[in-house]
Amino acid sequence: MDRQPVRTLECAISGVDAVTDFLLELRSEEIPARMQAGARAEIEKLFRAQLSAAGLDAGELDVWSTPRRLALIAKGLPEATAAVSEEWKGPRTNAPPQALEGFLRKTGLTRDQLEDRDGVYFAVIDKPGRATKDVLAEAIPAIIRSFAWPKSMRWGLESASSESLRWVRPLSGIVAIFGEELVPCEIGGIASGFATRGHRFHCPGEITIGSAADYAEKLRACHVIVDHEERAAIIRDGAAKAAADAGLALVEDEGLVIENAGLTEWPVPLLGRFDEAFLEVPPEVIQLTARVNQKYFVVNGPDGKLANGFICTANIDASDGGAEIVAGNRKVLAARLSDARFFWEQDRKTSLADHAKKLDRITFHEKLGTVADKVERVAKLAEWLASEGIVPNGDPALARQAAKLAKADLVTEMVGEFPELQGLMGGYYARSEGLPDAVADAIRDHYKPVGQGDDVPTAPVTVAVALADKLDTLFAFYLHEMTPTGSKDPFALRRAELSIIALILTNRIRVSLAYLLYLASKVWYGGCYLDFGGVEAMKSEIEESFVQHLRSRAGVQSFRTSSNDTRVTDAAMAIWSLTESFPQRLKVQQREAGVRHDLIDAVFALGGEDDLVRLLARVKALQAFMATEDGTNLLAGYKRAANILKQAGKDTVIPAQAGIAVDGEPMNAAPAFGGATEMDRALLAALDAAEPAAAAAVADECFTDAMAALASLRAPIDAFFDGVMVNDPDEAVRAYRLGLLSRFTGAVHGVADFSKIEG
Amino acid sequence: MADAADKTPLSFQDMILTLHAYWSARGCAILQPYDMRVGAGTFHPATTLRSLGPEPWNVAYVQPSRRPTDGRYGENPNRLQHYYQYQVILKPSPADLQEQYLGSLAAIGIDPLLHDIRFVEDDWESPTLGAWGLGWEVWCDGMEVTQFTYFQQMGGFDCKPVAGELTYGLERLAMYIQNVDNVYDLRFSDPVGDVPGVSYGDVFLENERQFSKWNFEVADTDTLFGGFRAAEEECKRAIAAGVPLAAYDQAIEASHLFNLLQARGVISVQERANYMARVRDLAKGSCKAWIDSQSERWSAQYPGWTL
Repeated sequence: MDRQPVRTLECAISGVDAVTDFLLELRSEEIPARMQAGARAEIEKLFRAQLSAAGLDAGELDVWSTPRRLALIAKGLPEATAAVSEEWKGPRTNAPPQALEGFLRKTGLTRDQLEDRDGVYFAVIDKPGRATKDVLAEAIPAIIRSFAWPKSMRWGLESASSESLRWVRPLSGIVAIFGEELVPCEIGGIASGFATRGHRFHCPGEITIGSAADYAEKLRACHVIVDHEERAAIIRDGAAKAAADAGLALVEDEGLVIENAGLTEWPVPLLGRFDEAFLEVPPEVIQLTARVNQKYFVVNGPDGKLANGFICTANIDASDGGAEIVAGNRKVLAARLSDARFFWEQDRKTSLADHAKKLDRITFHEKLGTVADKVERVAKLAEWLASEGIVPNGDPALARQAAKLAKADLVTEMVGEFPELQGLMGGYYARSEGLPDAVADAIRDHYKPVGQGDDVPTAPVTVAVALADKLDTLFAFYLHEMTPTGSKDPFALRRAELSIIALILTNRIRVSLAYLLYLASKVWYGGCYLDFGGVEAMKSEIEESFVQHLRSRAGVQSFRTSSNDTRVTDAAMAIWSLTESFPQRLKVQQREAGVRHDLIDAVFALGGEDDLVRLLARVKALQAFMATEDGTNLLAGYKRAANILKQAGKDTVIPAQAGIAVDGEPMNAAPAFGGATEMDRALLAALDAAEPAAAAAVADECFTDAMAALASLRAPIDAFFDGVMVNDPDEAVRAYRLGLLSRFTGAVHGVADFSKIEG
Repeated sequence: MADAADKTPLSFQDMILTLHAYWSARGCAILQPYDMRVGAGTFHPATTLRSLGPEPWNVAYVQPSRRPTDGRYGENPNRLQHYYQYQVILKPSPADLQEQYLGSLAAIGIDPLLHDIRFVEDDWESPTLGAWGLGWEVWCDGMEVTQFTYFQQMGGFDCKPVAGELTYGLERLAMYIQNVDNVYDLRFSDPVGDVPGVSYGDVFLENERQFSKWNFEVADTDTLFGGFRAAEEECKRAIAAGVPLAAYDQAIEASHLFNLLQARGVISVQERANYMARVRDLAKGSCKAWIDSQSERWSAQYPGWTL
């Protein structure tokens, strides 16, 4: 039976035109700052859904949050929902009685209330309009009950039952006013009313709200700024001003602005100073200590360097102007910075090389050994990447040294306290013990790029270590079949792939991806590759498989090597899986840059191409070409040709006169064909010219020239389709023309697989 | 700020007495510390076991707390291996718990229009007790002075009804009120007539030196391991014998011995999770045995209550 009425008619009733504002405030104990944005979205979503189910459009909404309240104002709701007449289609009149009984149950009508229209029962149900206030009274408890918080809890006497209401923290009051009337409702022992509370300390008593119109202003009079964006602006501007008044510059931190706005109802930014002696600690450490532990902003001096100031955001207009608050916060920060300075001093008493010795106590992953094991592999790999010239201008010895020390800071006190400082602290410690800048920089930056938009390293030693670290991680996890599935990627392997792509493209590293992965596998097995017979043999086997796979992308489900050694098979399998995954990541990575995913497919589909720099250059040239009139017309011509060829099947014997040799390869200077028209000969001549030009351009990596060669085919193919009939009654002519088309699609394929291109 | 400055801030012991008077006036039974070595006030059976079940339960007490790994030989102004927590349990959690709590801060001399009091998200979890709750750390001018939690589960069982737990860090609070930078400089008691007052250092500095040394260097690890196993066995025997309160004592004992073994640095990262699971099993087993021993009475007295 239908789930929807076949027809719904709105019936005009009086009062629908009047519009009224609605205010809902859900007051609670302090809502975690990080949950407030989500809560605003949730209440809006649920409110709209509830009204929509009642046939109302929620219209324009204001949704606000403070630590102690979630507020929603709907503007201009009608006084009542429209009356509707629903028409339901029932069973045929001659259907079995059970069908009729079911329909009567569903509609709540009796047999004689149904209409018989041409042998089919119809039910017409008139639903009167409902007062919006009644709709709201039902909607509010429903919204509260179905509200999804990241974490919720029970409380109070009611929590003796498992069914008691859940909220993020105890819910303490509901204000629900439609126009100036109370929307009466009750949930979990809390009844709606006109009363709310102002600021916890400035105005602890009850205040009475009259309507949506006076809500925000009444709260403001009671030291509550209910609009979170206004509070954010006060903090942003107030912090900047407090800094400027002291001759300093605020270090902007929008995350901190929003967090502090979520922690205050009456924000008051206050500037304090800490002991200048703490500035010997790296600025990132001070900033992190201040931000993470205390939610303070930091400031820069006129020289652009971190200064000994901080800005805390109080929630009161203190009676002494904030002097005590600043003094208290200064003391807390001093204790924190003392700890940080202690770590900074303690960590530097031991060299990074000695710290690194403790890495054998840290498990990288239970199946993948210790971090010390990983460091050994990465050091070897980084050295090879430099010595083989894959990363140009990289000093192999420095790459090795940097990789050996890159993870040492993981066992330092500072990184133990602030894991997000990994790399950075290693860089500081390396510099302070006098290691070369290239090594210190590589230690500092080897985790980069972390996500899209992060800086991509370009210093050769850094690039070698960064690439080696990520290649090793990827290979190791894939070797143990711990690959990302669906939305699950617990080891951030996709991000590692994206980082590798960014490193390769930014630094224009010219190498086969499969070969890079081969090197990672070689390191994993301790540098030897057993019966693979050396680098070249392994490479060719991997590449052979890779090419094969790419050529028959759809059909290949598994992968075999000729080796009997399971380690070789496992390694090749891991590399194969990765080469499967990289094109997907490349598409993601290039999406933001506006590169079309179908064009990446079109180039990948040719097979054998896993030099990402070259591949992307080709894709970009193709994309530029496809944006031209020549490109779109050529694509149209290609599709037409491909269709005709598909319909013709493979049985047609193509005469040599079309320029295709017996082995299927194109040949220049085909024997003349008597049945050829001018258009045929023009296309043939164009192909004879374009094919070698395109091939030479591709070989020279001048992809724009290759596209130009293709463009030269556009006029002849258009003229060909306009001027001749491919399916000529003369079988010899037909075969000849099919041959020309086959050559044409082949020539296009020399540049990209146009069948993958959309449009 | 005239009022606050004129008044001499409370000594450490007067702060405790003030809190006792405050919570006593709000219906709390003022209990004494539990007579065993525990890591936090939550371990006191008056919290762990009594937060289970339907009976109202309102108590306050001071609990000496031992964290062997936090010892600093008396040389760090902020860190101690032995310190005090002030613990308040109100079950069911009253609707005005936050207001009651803020009243207690006012009682010990913190003016909320002069100092910035904030409730900052901090959810509490005790893996060794199989317990968790939602709440905040309460900040006073950026310093955490209290852990404020609505217990949701204890020993793996739902708290029905939920208890509110307030855990004040007494030394921190006192350092704040007395405006001293070193815990050992706290006025523990004030002089009266010819009788001089004593400082926190007078009372505890030597303890910190000796216990830090014992915790980190001296304690015999074979004895500790043996004690752990013995407590584990005894806990299981007591559960089997239907005396869960006695069983829980052994769970506390095992937990503290585990903390000492940690301080001695003889428990590896891998073993650590295993030991914690063993302690959790003891605590959960004791909680379950406690519930089993009481649930008949609870169901009779509170119709409709279920586990």
